[in-house]
Amino acid sequence: MDLYKLNIEQASAKLRAKEITSVELTKSILDRIEKIDGQVKAFLFVDKEGALAQAKEADKRLATEKDGPILLGVPVAVKDNICTHGVPTTCASKILNGFVPPYDATVITALKGEGAVVIGKTNLDEFAMGSSTENSEKQVTGNPWDLKRVPGGSSGGSAASVAADEAIGAIGSDTGGSIRQPASFCGVVGLKPTYGLVSRYGLVAFASSLDQIGPLTKSVTDAAIMLQAICGHDTSDSTSLDYQPPNYLDSLKNGIKGLKFGIPKELFGEGCQDEIRDSIQDTIKLIESLGGEVAETSLPTFEYALPAYYIIAPAEASSNLSRFDGVRYGHRAKDAAGMIDSYKKTRAEGFGSEVKRRIMLGTYALSAGYYDAYYGQAQKVRTLIIKEFADAFEKFDLLISPTTPTTAFEIGAKTDDPLQMYLSDVCTIPSNLAGIPAISIPVGLSRGLPVGLQIMGKHFDESTMLSAARALEKEVDFKITPELAG
Amino acid sequence: MSISKEEVEHIALLARLELSETEKELFARQLGQILEHAGKIEELDTKDVEPTAHALPVVNVFRQDKVGKELDVEEALANAPDREDDSFGVPKI
Repeated sequence: MDLYKLNIEQASAKLRAKEITSVELTKSILDRIEKIDGQVKAFLFVDKEGALAQAKEADKRLATEKDGPILLGVPVAVKDNICTHGVPTTCASKILNGFVPPYDATVITALKGEGAVVIGKTNLDEFAMGSSTENSEKQVTGNPWDLKRVPGGSSGGSAASVAADEAIGAIGSDTGGSIRQPASFCGVVGLKPTYGLVSRYGLVAFASSLDQIGPLTKSVTDAAIMLQAICGHDTSDSTSLDYQPPNYLDSLKNGIKGLKFGIPKELFGEGCQDEIRDSIQDTIKLIESLGGEVAETSLPTFEYALPAYYIIAPAEASSNLSRFDGVRYGHRAKDAAGMIDSYKKTRAEGFGSEVKRRIMLGTYALSAGYYDAYYGQAQKVRTLIIKEFADAFEKFDLLISPTTPTTAFEIGAKTDDPLQMYLSDVCTIPSNLAGIPAISIPVGLSRGLPVGLQIMGKHFDESTMLSAARALEKEVDFKITPELAG
Repeated sequence: MSISKEEVEHIALLARLELSETEKELFARQLGQILEHAGKIEELDTKDVEPTAHALPVVNVFRQDKVGKELDVEEALANAPDREDDSFGVPKI
């Protein structure tokens, strides 16, 4: 059997039953990457030696530990904006060429502690800024369902690696949809946790008040397993909340019956493909047949979420990215006439076009004379969006929408028009602004391309969201079967 | 809405970015378009609305003022483009 096809739950069962070893499983994954990543281009770095060493360690633990962690011995991929000790971390940017982190991000420490095998680092839009992974300064990743199309972004490499069976599971980061949108495009499960549930320590900051790390997996159960492994309070991240997470696997059995689902009509607006609308309508019928209650609702301020986001995120980014100045790490321009000139040249050479655009936009929005009109107003819009969510969650347990208004688009289709690119995050952005959890699960195919359903939950109520997602997944029975010539 | 070349140059200086003439023209146009779209938020009446910086209320997170396990000098300097003894080396200020 092809071991690389297994999901986390299946692989873990075989590892514990001693049917397979972690070294066998890791080799199977490494062979798969060797065979097809020339086409998919999901990985920026494959840590062969490190992965095999970790797998050997995992096998030792598997031999002695009776009830070891579920992830023990399971190979996972990591988005390349998450710091890995001794393994290059580039954010797909030239400015971090040669950077080797001297420490692990807290999520990596957690995964390694569980005994997961970190196989490599995946491609992304430079500094996670983008919706197609085309803004990578390294390579363009293909969507495993159609290599001429984008995998989504910014966690496009993580999503593609899971869809193409090049990783058993992966982690990514989500600032405005960067886990859920690529998960939707690639037909895998992607979960953005409640803001503060997972430590951001060691995640290269893009927009600190919005960024969250989360899993991209082949199933809802796998997403629950990975979330359990990486969540929890961390004193190294002062925005991580002191909260005792429940057992997410237990909650998967709860089903859908009796749950109330709201459909924000604003997320089915213009720009939403008919096929997507049809697919979501079918899913709504399915929810009802399983005993869930569904009703349309209106959250009128959602219309302003995207414009507010494109002020807030670049504003925070322009501040966060000031640390890339060629002094302590990464690229430094040669022959600069003094310090200021060195900063300017280093950043001009090191950053790609989209990153420069967002730094400019953010600096403008924060500059004297414009602060109140843009940044100040956007923060007030954020307050209104949070309030609308809170009101909606008085009436509903969960909210649902398409994850994306369209299926995966062709490579190059939106690269000349940043605004069109930004619009592909219209359904995912509101939950980042409010800090609530949201998950995307595949619910069907439209012309051979996956369609994702987004389920949004209350703060810290990942459990209800996961139980509904699991119940739907069972009924939909979506198969991740992109045809890739090996 | 459009942004003048002078404004672009001013913002680029604040952001410590050297831009080519082509980039200046491109950003003047594109930033104008994006800001026009973002300007939609002005339509909303927010007179009595408080701004939100963080979605969840986290304030005053304190810790003991104790030295923990931090990077040593060699680790901290390992990625430096230039160093002098135990310091980062930089061009003349």
